[in-house]
Amino acid sequence: MSDAENRFSALADTLFTRLSGAEVVLLSVDGESTDFARFNHARVRQAGHVQRERATLRLINGRRHASVTVDLAGTGDAERLQAALTEARDLVSGADEDPYLLYNTDPVSTRRVEHGHMPDPAEIVASVADDAAGLDLVGIHAAGPIWRGLATSLGQRNWHQVARFDAKVAAYLGGDRAVQTGLSGATWDRAAWRATLDAARVKLDALARPPRAINPGRYRVYLTPHALEELLGMMNWGGFSASAHRTGASPLRRLKAEEAAFHASISLIEDTAGGWAPAFTSDGFVRPDRVALVSEGRFAGELVSARTAGEFQLAANGAEADESARSLVMAGGDIPAADALARLGTGLFIGNLWYLNFSDRPAARVTGMTRFATFWVEGGEIVAPVPVMRFDESLLDVLGKNLVGLTAEVAELADNGTYGGRSLTGSRAPGLVAEAFAFTL
Amino acid sequence: MLKELTRMVAAVPRADVDDWSVRWSRTRTRKWAVRRGVAEPPAASVADGALVTAVVNGAEGWAATADVSAAGLAEARERAAAWARVVGARALVPMVPTDMSEERGVFSGPGVQGEELSGAEIRDALRMLEARLRAGGDGHVVDATAALDVVDVDQATWTTRGGSTLQRMRIVAPNLAATAAKGAVSQGRSLAGGYTGGITKQGGFALFDVPRLLGEADRIREEALALLAAPNCPSGRMSLLLLPSQMMLQIHESIGHPLELDRILGDERNYAGTSFVTPDMFGTYRYGSDLLDVTFDPTVPGELASYAFDDAGTHARREWLIRKGILERPLGGALSQRRSGLPGTANARASAWDRPAIDRMANLNVEPGSSSLAQLIGGIARGVMMDTNISWSIDDSRNKFQFGCEWGRVIRDGQLAEVVKNPNYRGISATFWRSLSGVGDKSTVEVLGTPFCGKGEPNQVVRVGHASPACRFDDVDVFGGVE
Repeated sequence: MSDAENRFSALADTLFTRLSGAEVVLLSVDGESTDFARFNHARVRQAGHVQRERATLRLINGRRHASVTVDLAGTGDAERLQAALTEARDLVSGADEDPYLLYNTDPVSTRRVEHGHMPDPAEIVASVADDAAGLDLVGIHAAGPIWRGLATSLGQRNWHQVARFDAKVAAYLGGDRAVQTGLSGATWDRAAWRATLDAARVKLDALARPPRAINPGRYRVYLTPHALEELLGMMNWGGFSASAHRTGASPLRRLKAEEAAFHASISLIEDTAGGWAPAFTSDGFVRPDRVALVSEGRFAGELVSARTAGEFQLAANGAEADESARSLVMAGGDIPAADALARLGTGLFIGNLWYLNFSDRPAARVTGMTRFATFWVEGGEIVAPVPVMRFDESLLDVLGKNLVGLTAEVAELADNGTYGGRSLTGSRAPGLVAEAFAFTL
Repeated sequence: MLKELTRMVAAVPRADVDDWSVRWSRTRTRKWAVRRGVAEPPAASVADGALVTAVVNGAEGWAATADVSAAGLAEARERAAAWARVVGARALVPMVPTDMSEERGVFSGPGVQGEELSGAEIRDALRMLEARLRAGGDGHVVDATAALDVVDVDQATWTTRGGSTLQRMRIVAPNLAATAAKGAVSQGRSLAGGYTGGITKQGGFALFDVPRLLGEADRIREEALALLAAPNCPSGRMSLLLLPSQMMLQIHESIGHPLELDRILGDERNYAGTSFVTPDMFGTYRYGSDLLDVTFDPTVPGELASYAFDDAGTHARREWLIRKGILERPLGGALSQRRSGLPGTANARASAWDRPAIDRMANLNVEPGSSSLAQLIGGIARGVMMDTNISWSIDDSRNKFQFGCEWGRVIRDGQLAEVVKNPNYRGISATFWRSLSGVGDKSTVEVLGTPFCGKGEPNQVVRVGHASPACRFDDVDVFGGVE
């Protein structure tokens, strides 16, 4: 077992000896030991290390329950958890009985540990300061292990630990003309990193051409997997949530009600078995390997959390409270990626979308911006970079009647977000060709 | 805690570093909620740790740890120093001794020493509020939530240059939200918008003013129901009257972010973005009409991001950012000011103990004008009044925006007319504020804020305050929904 796993297991064992009567505890932990280096102009802006481990103690007594979260420090943690238990007892004693309480009482233990080779601080700095010579590079490297654990006083143990580096950077030519690129994985490969930067240099050459501004209107577009991922992210904001569908908050209500359908080539699954997230929930349930969400254009399934299951008398299927997919995978189509520009013909190649939000949620209408490499394409050839444009478009249309096709190749898109800690989510998406995509500003 | 921190720092052995600093914080959060008639399980959390910086030969490194014992701080300092040595001459900004603060002082926000409410009292009040959100809705209110967050923050800084600060704040944030649905139509109303977490201010439990909130619950329910039967917002170029709970978003996205100096210096180009504002604009650029006055003001009692020192230890004071429409200074902390040669503000801030400080908004306010709300409405021949943000999107240089609101009222010939749903508008920051044609007086001002401003690599979410009067804009591109 890893040091973190051993430490967590010992803390759980000690804590559980302190329970009394009918008390049940679900103890979860999320932690990381990460080197972060932030760059601007290919020099180091800020660099440091985060050693963080956060434990959540959920105390259940009958149908009353409460949770207390504390930071673990590596020393004095048994006392911290004892204090957390005392506070949780106080909260539980004043809590109402919860008719929707649902947690796993049939212990199922799981373990997934993936080791890797991380770049050390000197390697991280050299990979930018040396390898990015001549580039105006800005961005971040993060490297180190990430772990999630769960132990229950009913005897369940779950552990999920991965080693991962995430390098995400943008090379700027000037103004808003830039190429964003990155590399994530378990085994740092300096040669692959250099190849990533070389590919960015080629795109920068195209960005150096005189830009062409376009007027608002409808255009044929090719969305790269990175751009399509942003649209999938909006769909994942309540689109598959069982609770959202029952409280008027889902953008895919019409799809579920069969008032609308996506193109028959659209299929989406929550792919826990092949994904990034732990195979267990904070309620102690083991996630199914896969949950079909959209099959051949039609709504196929919801994500149901334990609480929603209790509230609406449904069967839970491994979702956390927000009922969003953690490993959202869209099936590829039949366009070879090498032919994507040819299938686009004349229109816009969109490298990235940015800052999306609903402009009319019930209608699945989304607004957002193009960002980084966006090009005007004629006859399947890149002609000129295009300044940023605002779009306002229905998910039902771009993935429905206006869809031309999907690339056969599907890109791995690990989420490198770090709000509150490093993310363990991701998606896989193909590129997409669509017509009549609406730009408004 | 300041004495304790000083004692622990003093116990850390001397080391081969030029300078070092410690920023410690403990944030205790308690949450209660009642949703659809059922109390959710109460939750509490404590985030407790320190970020240590070390400067070696002009390069800086940092290390964050939850172990704030003398041994833990010493280990973090060594790790920070190791990073500083690796960075060495590849630092973007070589550090100088004066980058370490020498400021000393304490700050205690309103409500810190105030009385407590029991969990049972809070839950019972939330039950009453949530029931009012659903009362008499003929079953059309399909979702309703009443919630309260209470956050207690203690933070201290210490530097080898003699700086030491201690600040304490309490934040109380009640929130109400209801969704009404009928057939294929669903509409929501909330206390201050989905991204704000409610009415979020510094202060004691007096902010959890249940009698007032009961009235708000009635209003939210009735307005959500009214929206079910409302037509879509009209489309076209027309006048736009924004109430404070939308103004705060407008200020935040199209004044606050573009004026952040680290964005102007390019630090955020890979993530949050850059800015259409360039260094040469300060002092001359017409950001808005003569009516636009904007301040950075961390001294407003009770506003969410009021403080005496930023997280770099710089003493915080009120500064004019835009005066009579002319851009005067950016939002940049001491280091960004040295990098750019521009004046700035005390706004180097970190989201938590495990993140380094960067330039953030704090309290960013539009100063009141001289018009009553009736006068603002009376000056509109054709337009829409919008309230409470529901959708926000803006480009990476903070220029082309599109925002949506929960609530709209048509204004026709100087009179409020019918309710409209899905009100949206779009514009360009660089020109939008020049169309400001009326600014509400003090009677129209609301002090609001949000704990959810995201930015930075690694990512950080911080609390920001925005106070604003109602404001009128002319010739804006307004539109509604499709269903």
